[in-house]
Amino acid sequence: MFQAFKALMKRDLLLAFRHRGELANPLLFFFMIVTLFPLGVSPEVTLLRKIAPGVIWIAALLAALFSLENLFRSDFEDGALEQMLLSPQPLSLLVLAKVLAHWLVSGLPMLLLAPLLGLLLAMPEPAIAALELTLAIGTPLLSLIGAIGVALTVGLRRGGVLLTLLIMPLYIPVLIFATNAVTAAAAGMPIAGQIYFLASLLVLALTLAPLAIAAALRISVS
Amino acid sequence: MWQFLHKLASPRYFYDITGKWIPWLGGLTVMTLLAGLYYGLLKAPPDYQQGESYRIMFIHVPAAWMSMFIYVLMAFWSGINLIWNIKLADVMTVSSATLGASFTFLALMTGSLWGKPMWGAWWVWDARLTSELILLFLYLGYIALVAAIEDRRTAARAGGVLILVGVVNIPIIHYSVEWWNTLHQGPTVTKLDKPSIHLSMLIPLLIMAVSFKLYYLTVVLMRARAEVLDRERRSAWVRELFGAKLAN
Repeated sequence: MFQAFKALMKRDLLLAFRHRGELANPLLFFFMIVTLFPLGVSPEVTLLRKIAPGVIWIAALLAALFSLENLFRSDFEDGALEQMLLSPQPLSLLVLAKVLAHWLVSGLPMLLLAPLLGLLLAMPEPAIAALELTLAIGTPLLSLIGAIGVALTVGLRRGGVLLTLLIMPLYIPVLIFATNAVTAAAAGMPIAGQIYFLASLLVLALTLAPLAIAAALRISVS
Repeated sequence: MWQFLHKLASPRYFYDITGKWIPWLGGLTVMTLLAGLYYGLLKAPPDYQQGESYRIMFIHVPAAWMSMFIYVLMAFWSGINLIWNIKLADVMTVSSATLGASFTFLALMTGSLWGKPMWGAWWVWDARLTSELILLFLYLGYIALVAAIEDRRTAARAGGVLILVGVVNIPIIHYSVEWWNTLHQGPTVTKLDKPSIHLSMLIPLLIMAVSFKLYYLTVVLMRARAEVLDRERRSAWVRELFGAKLAN
């Protein structure tokens, strides 16, 4: 069972590295959205510092959604997804492998880019540390929840906008807890509460989301 | 009881028996609605703080109750459909969605109209308002998903998964929003926490709530009947009912 998990993850990672250009796109998107805010709102440092957690998190949220859109697409088109549905291994486990691989190539780079963006928006150091922590817990959460929506819309030709409509409301708790933690850290307050909340949401999503994704895939593909 | 439920799950029996129920339900809806409006708008005393304008409550509060009630009901039916594969359950889910969205919209709109004279603003980012708005988004997402998938059966099942995911998330969303709000701006809207309501206002409110439930039941059954007919349009009993009109 774990062999299948590892094999699928390896395959997905390999596929991702064969298309390096595509890997950079969500990151670039993430960067650009954040860049737009000083231009659109104001370059004033105090204001930027205040809105930075929200800006970076909303950008991360959108970038995660856009990169997720193709999570099952190519497998659906070339029939690999059907093979996964038919395989004796539990589908939820295979799906988890795919989501994890996807997070490694999309979520993790965002984590590396975020401190730079924090500096650009004049965030204080403790806030940047908190931002890293919330992104580390939050981006896998975004991938897991988002994958449910992707699984529901995989058979549709124009799933993109629909996916956003389905998933955005479900992202709200993550956004609230994460930005709250960063804001609290910038003010020098303890953030353990928010982090525990995020972590418990992650555990919840890790247990329930693969089941929902698997059920959704079975419906969409059949 | 179980036998009756089994029978009810067959589309044909459902179509027949609900056809008999609908006039009664509709009549009861009108009666309770008139009674509720009469007691609410004319008999109930004006509020000592809010004067006459509080009377919008008799629409606002039942609508808000319905908005949540229908979502839970849809989740319940989706669960039944996914577990036992009963077709009628997803007919009911699909037929409920627009009604739920309408009630949510009604609650938001009346709340906004009520908020203007009371708080001096059409909209405040209060926790309850925000979670109601998010509920509207969840309804609209469901409707969009069901509309986007061509095959009805698949659409209903996919929608069912979404509703179940949503119902797990609603408490989380609600409490996170509440928490976000209390951290951001403190309780500025204590007026919303109603002091124990007087009986002369409570009774019309409850009558209105019953009336809204009856309205929902009437309309959802009407919609479900139409949906059943549409899905079963190739079956023998529908042809029998409508004869040659449907044959071509």
